Amino acid sequence: MSDPLVRIRGLRKSFGATRVLDGIDLDIARGEAVVVIGPSGSGKTTLLRCINVLETYDDGSIQVDGVEVGYAGPPGPRRRPRSESDLARIRADIGMVFQLFNLFPHLTALENVMLGLVKVRGLPNAEAKARAEHWLERVGLSEKLRSLPGQLSGGQQQRVGIARAVAMEPKVLLLDEITSALDPELVGEVLATVRQLASDGMTMVVVTHEMTFARDVGSRVVFMDAARVVADGTPQDVLVDPRHERLRAFLARIEMKRP
Amino acid sequence: MIEFALRTLPFLWDGFLVTLHVSALVVVVSLVAGVAIGIGFAYGPLWLRFPLRVYSDVLRGTPLLVLIFSVYYLLPMMGLNLQPFPAAVIALSAFKAAHVGEIARGAIGSIARGQTDAGKAIGLTFAQRLAWVILPQAVRRFLPPWVNSVTDTVKGSALVSLVGIVDLMLAAQQVIGRTYEPLPVYVLAAFMYFAINYALSVASRRLEARFAYIRE
Amino acid sequence: MEYHLNFNFVWKYADKLWWGLALSIQLAFVAILIGCVIGLALALAHSGGNRWTRGAVATYVEFIRNVPLLLLIYLVFYGIPSAGGFAYDATFSFVVTLSLYSGAYLVEVFRAGLDAVPKGVIDAGKAIGLTPWQRFVHVRLPIMLRVVLPSLSNAFISLFKDTSLASVIAVPELTYGANWIKTNTFRHIEVWLVVWPIYLAAGWAILAALRQLERRFRLGGDR
Repeated sequence: MSDPLVRIRGLRKSFGATRVLDGIDLDIARGEAVVVIGPSGSGKTTLLRCINVLETYDDGSIQVDGVEVGYAGPPGPRRRPRSESDLARIRADIGMVFQLFNLFPHLTALENVMLGLVKVRGLPNAEAKARAEHWLERVGLSEKLRSLPGQLSGGQQQRVGIARAVAMEPKVLLLDEITSALDPELVGEVLATVRQLASDGMTMVVVTHEMTFARDVGSRVVFMDAARVVADGTPQDVLVDPRHERLRAFLARIEMKRP
Repeated sequence: MIEFALRTLPFLWDGFLVTLHVSALVVVVSLVAGVAIGIGFAYGPLWLRFPLRVYSDVLRGTPLLVLIFSVYYLLPMMGLNLQPFPAAVIALSAFKAAHVGEIARGAIGSIARGQTDAGKAIGLTFAQRLAWVILPQAVRRFLPPWVNSVTDTVKGSALVSLVGIVDLMLAAQQVIGRTYEPLPVYVLAAFMYFAINYALSVASRRLEARFAYIRE
Repeated sequence: MEYHLNFNFVWKYADKLWWGLALSIQLAFVAILIGCVIGLALALAHSGGNRWTRGAVATYVEFIRNVPLLLLIYLVFYGIPSAGGFAYDATFSFVVTLSLYSGAYLVEVFRAGLDAVPKGVIDAGKAIGLTPWQRFVHVRLPIMLRVVLPSLSNAFISLFKDTSLASVIAVPELTYGANWIKTNTFRHIEVWLVVWPIYLAAGWAILAALRQLERRFRLGGDR
């Protein structure tokens, strides 16, 4: 087996006195779709935000394609946080889709996707436009290129968010609860888009409450609770045949909430 | 410098009191009239709301200086021969009442419709609902912009100097006419205005803390 | 005694009013442009600065906002040159005053505008690899400008009305034109009956045009 694309070792992070990540170890191979589940407050969103350094981490290591993302220099207590220009370069190769879409409200769908291609990748306008149109078509929005985010439904906005992230051709894609702000009838269209990406071999880390996501998309499921990874295995192992007590309790609660 | 301040302060002090006097009158009159206007906006029938809208838009669209001059010269034509002082106070009050009216309208409008319904449901009359349900809640939204408007009133009162009322502004001009030292006198007067408004902002923070019991 | 209105004198000198109105609008326009530069620069200095810069910004804002504009006009036109032993043009002096004045108000407007840019949208800018400067130019600034546009319109109308105070140092704007006609014809009432509607109509026309502009740049589409 080749080196993992994402390699996390001994990751720790606190907000004030609260420890939100307490020694996380996780390897993600190329082409893998890892689904992270767990109760709210278990640290799963923070884990995701640490991978592209939207949050800094206190201790431990995150390497993406062999590069330590948060710190420069040799490991140890004296390592320096990365400069903003380093971070910009590193983040360009890590895509992220947000729970609340976070589209740029002043730009059209097309311009939302083009901004990174032109300003970060340095593509000429025509080429960036062609690539953005291609991805918006892939997510089924070729009719909405000139719409502002405020004119789109939640599901459409989220698909623009996905197109914006994947158009950058990232090495890994981070999906942060991307369906939890959507009305139930709009969840399907977003799920379908992600399923397509997974089958194309996109490496992704998916934080979600949506169990169908975990079953359909995940090649691996990780269960986090109280700042630690509690279970890690195939969807079959983790969801169908849970061995850990807290995992069973969590799955039972989810099951009960189902209408 | 200290001697200079001691020589000029008594003159400025008299003007300072006139500024306070004008401001206090305008604040009280415009508060009463403005809240009435706000209630009229929120609950009045169309035949009342329409003239209120015209009044509010016309007054708020007029430069205060133009309004003061106009009142000062137009009222005599309508048979009202007023001294500068009442003319200026009327002009300022009419101007501020329009602003306070909009603040009150906004504050009342911010109270959820459900509150009115709940008041009706327990059998309160319109006046009772206003007095015991709506206005006590609206106060919190009303206070911060109203305090700003009081500060504006104090500053706006400086314009009465232009129709010959010896307030702080005109007193400063008169002192300068005798001493020919504009800069220190203007700076001194500026600090006196600043003192009034700073005291107001301190008082308003206390007042707002008192009404903080109403949560959003 | 019956007073007979006679507007002939006002029409005779009407060009004083039109040129005055044109100057009033220009004064407000220059003041809001310079005020925007001051306001944005200080809002950024305040949000990124240390205790001293924040204190300096707050002092400037508090001083200007708590002192009558009329006093500031006199202070800048008579006070400062008398101490420095120089003199300057009344119009120039008024533009300086009104710009400093509008700058102090716009600091607050821009600060609120910068705060109104959602943190998540800035995160999205980070996530696609924009540098801090790119995030400012392509994300924060354009969103903030759209948020503050209605406040800027209101500030402009307010400044337009404030230009009437320039008449006290003989800047030949609209109110000065009115005063000139008044002192030369003694037709007080007629002059104000004409000038008052001019201010109203001009203010409303400008506001209607600005609201049209806001509609074009409104965020959030049809919601």
